[in-house]
Amino acid sequence: MADKRAVTLNVNGKDYRITVEPRRTLADALRDDCGLTGTHIGCEHGVCGACTVLVDNRPVRSCLMFAVQAEGRNVRTVEGLANGEELHPLQKAFWEKHGLQCGFCTPGFLMLATGILEAEPDISDEDLRDVLSSNLCRCTGYQNIIKAVRAAASEMRACQPSASL
Amino acid sequence: MSALGQPLKRIEDRPLITGTGRFAADEQRPGQVHMRVVRSPVAFGRLVGVDTEEAAALPGVRAVWTHADIADLPPIDFRMTRIQGLDPYRQYVLAKDYVRYVGDPVAVVFADDPYVAEDAAEMVFCDIEEEDACLDATLDPVPFMPETLPGVLSEPACIVKAYGDLDAAFAGAAHVIELEVKVGRHTGVPLETRGALAVYDAARDVITMYGASKVPHYNRDSIARMLGLPQDHVQLSEGHVGGGFGIRGELYPEDVLVCRGAHVLGVPVKWVEDRREHLLAANHSRDQVHRMRAAVDANGFIRGLADTFFTDQGGYVRTHGGTVSDLAAALLPGPYVIPAYRVEGHIRLTNKTPAGTYRAPGRYETTFARERLMDAIAHRLGLDPVEVRKVNLIREDQMPFDRGIDALGTHVVYDSGKYHDLLERTLARVDYPALQARFAARRAAGEKVGIGLAFFIEKSGLGPRDRVTLTVLPDDRIEVVTGVASIGQGIETAMAQICSDVVGLPIENIRIIHGQTERISEGYGAFASRVTVMTGSAVRLASQSLQETAFAQAAPLLQTRPDDLDLVGGRVVARSSGAAISLSDLAAQLPEGLTAEGVFEADHMTYPYGVHVAQVKVDPETCGVAVERYLVAYDVGRAINPMMIDGQIVGAAAQGIGGALLEEFVYDEAGQPLAASFADYLMPTSHEMPPVDVLLREDAPSPLNPLGVKGAGEGGITAVGAAIAAAVDDALGRPGLIDRLPISPNRLHAVLGARA
Ligand code: FES
Ligand code: FES
Repeated sequence: MADKRAVTLNVNGKDYRITVEPRRTLADALRDDCGLTGTHIGCEHGVCGACTVLVDNRPVRSCLMFAVQAEGRNVRTVEGLANGEELHPLQKAFWEKHGLQCGFCTPGFLMLATGILEAEPDISDEDLRDVLSSNLCRCTGYQNIIKAVRAAASEMRACQPSASL
Repeated sequence: MSALGQPLKRIEDRPLITGTGRFAADEQRPGQVHMRVVRSPVAFGRLVGVDTEEAAALPGVRAVWTHADIADLPPIDFRMTRIQGLDPYRQYVLAKDYVRYVGDPVAVVFADDPYVAEDAAEMVFCDIEEEDACLDATLDPVPFMPETLPGVLSEPACIVKAYGDLDAAFAGAAHVIELEVKVGRHTGVPLETRGALAVYDAARDVITMYGASKVPHYNRDSIARMLGLPQDHVQLSEGHVGGGFGIRGELYPEDVLVCRGAHVLGVPVKWVEDRREHLLAANHSRDQVHRMRAAVDANGFIRGLADTFFTDQGGYVRTHGGTVSDLAAALLPGPYVIPAYRVEGHIRLTNKTPAGTYRAPGRYETTFARERLMDAIAHRLGLDPVEVRKVNLIREDQMPFDRGIDALGTHVVYDSGKYHDLLERTLARVDYPALQARFAARRAAGEKVGIGLAFFIEKSGLGPRDRVTLTVLPDDRIEVVTGVASIGQGIETAMAQICSDVVGLPIENIRIIHGQTERISEGYGAFASRVTVMTGSAVRLASQSLQETAFAQAAPLLQTRPDDLDLVGGRVVARSSGAAISLSDLAAQLPEGLTAEGVFEADHMTYPYGVHVAQVKVDPETCGVAVERYLVAYDVGRAINPMMIDGQIVGAAAQGIGGALLEEFVYDEAGQPLAASFADYLMPTSHEMPPVDVLLREDAPSPLNPLGVKGAGEGGITAVGAAIAAAVDDALGRPGLIDRLPISPNRLHAVLGARA
């Protein structure tokens, strides 16, 4: 067993001081060491996207990143999306549009979509579909996920008229 | 307004969108150890020895077990089967004498840390004398375990069903049409892998396993029996479940191992499989070859049908016994009259992962077979494929239609259906003549585009019964305890809608308990699209019984007679005086509170039906098939929540498209799996998914239950393979070209080359 290292992870604005082996993935560290089990693991080889989180505001597959690599960076997970009781527009839209069934893929899709829409609020439908094809869902057939993200995109645009300046 | 039939938002969603769900891997207990399974690296061989010494010496390892350490555990029994003679083919929780597929559990490691458990598992050495793997279920049977079970061959059973005079049908036939088709090996692949946490409470002498699903009561009984414990010393508890699709929640070796581990080691034992393990170890499905012979009239009417098929069930016979083959044999005739029929279904074992049920088991395969046959008949006789179907469909005035054979031990009687009517509605929905003209024009312009249509029958609502109890709680809330399990498809909302329809409380006030063996004595679980039919009916009966009790108890308080009372918005209201009392207040005044029970029994299944229409485009360069649009027309009798049904249909269609075009467990000649990651086992992404239109109908409610419902969970997948195959034939102008699924680019390239 390799030696453990002390690492500080900043997740959703809060510092977590943890001690992990260098080989520990960010996904495992978030789930087991920080207790943030909203980030899910569906494949551990970078295909399904269930483990998607934002690192410095960009979508990252946390199963392909080591926890030690996330030190000093800003990590955001599904637990940080809502503002207290007030759901994020994407969360609301997934609920409204029935964008989830079992909900296992949902945190990954929510974080992927948050990353896209923050970076590119005016993304075209076609590009959106393209980006969303990087995550897997086995229940919904994607139709309602795409509807939900589109609905959230227009709501987010409406709420922040000058955000993209 | 009644909650029934409304597209209400689901009550189960909030934890799932905020990251506070409790899936199996989210369960943690102080002091837990992690289990890792050592799996066979070869497909078939004599297990000579297992060397665990090095692994056991690794710091942090608590124990390493092989079969010898758990030799008292019997093999895993069947949950459903009436077929005799399957016993020798059951799987032990750790391999005994032989390994029979890559992934067969050979040993198990318990360690303080999951990474260490994995390290240790890699140090375990399996000494196996490798033998030639059998990978083709259509070849003659071979010895199952040659040295230890001499004479036991790899055909555990052959299912024969028949009705009508087949000889006469063939003797008078204008045409005889033969066709062989194959459906590849694919399966459910839920996005959450399997996992479990077992906790032993020494004070109460109770083992509790978290991470249960599908059939918790049955599995509780089985685990208790295997471990030699009284039934109530094992409890199963379900949390959130990341998709089931038939494969999750069957009793697997790992479930028994975590329970035995917790019991013997005295610490909580957690196990979460990785994706590779899932693809090697959880049930596969499909993998059938059908050889059909049809006797046909001049106008395309099928006078008789004979079929011989082979189901490749992999290394062992698991919990379902012969379910898939039994359903395939019974439902091949589908929606057509077919007055004479004989089927012989060979269940064969090979050296692949054991197979079980996957959404629409036996129907995806046989719908592909039968509908390909219908297309072949149309082509041979120069008739329109839609016309051939019309000639053969069972008419409305023939309902209920007794098929004259059994499925899963129940007599197959189609309860209701307006097949011709649905076909017409489907054609109208897609504007079939115009669509055909448009596609013909595109083909004339050089595009390889085509349309395919397929009809199917589903079955749902398998008995024997379901029980629910209902309790009125303070604050206008109701708790409904069921014995079913959720598999992530919205049963809480559907059950709450059914209860709300009677008691008038909003669905948010109705709490549905499921998957907790400690809360209710019996339960039959979630499979075969039975929940809405069986549990839903029990919820309705319980709600009505609650209403009756409430009226009887409230009448004296409101100084009136029970028949003067209404139940509105959770309040009992006297029509004459307007006096009212809420259910919660009433319950508070009664020493026993206010509770009710509902039991629904059924000895026949219901049979929903539908039509799929696929529009595809083939790229002649890459041989890739793109589905441009898709339609599912489905009569579910009565739709409790159309939004959720729509979701299930679209999701199922996506899985069907996967099985038709992308997904296949491929093996090399030695039996090594070549699709053991998501890089090789390809599932549809949003890219491959066409817009799916759903034509949801309630034209033929089931007469067999108080709601009129038929299960809606499977019909989105059933005919996808058949419809897409027909569309690809049409696109290429080559009737009968596609006789095998999946239609992968390399296979399409090969057949185009071979038959050009
Ligand atoms: S778990 Fe990270 S991509 Fe699948
Ligand atoms: S909702 Fe189940 S995997 Fe997406």
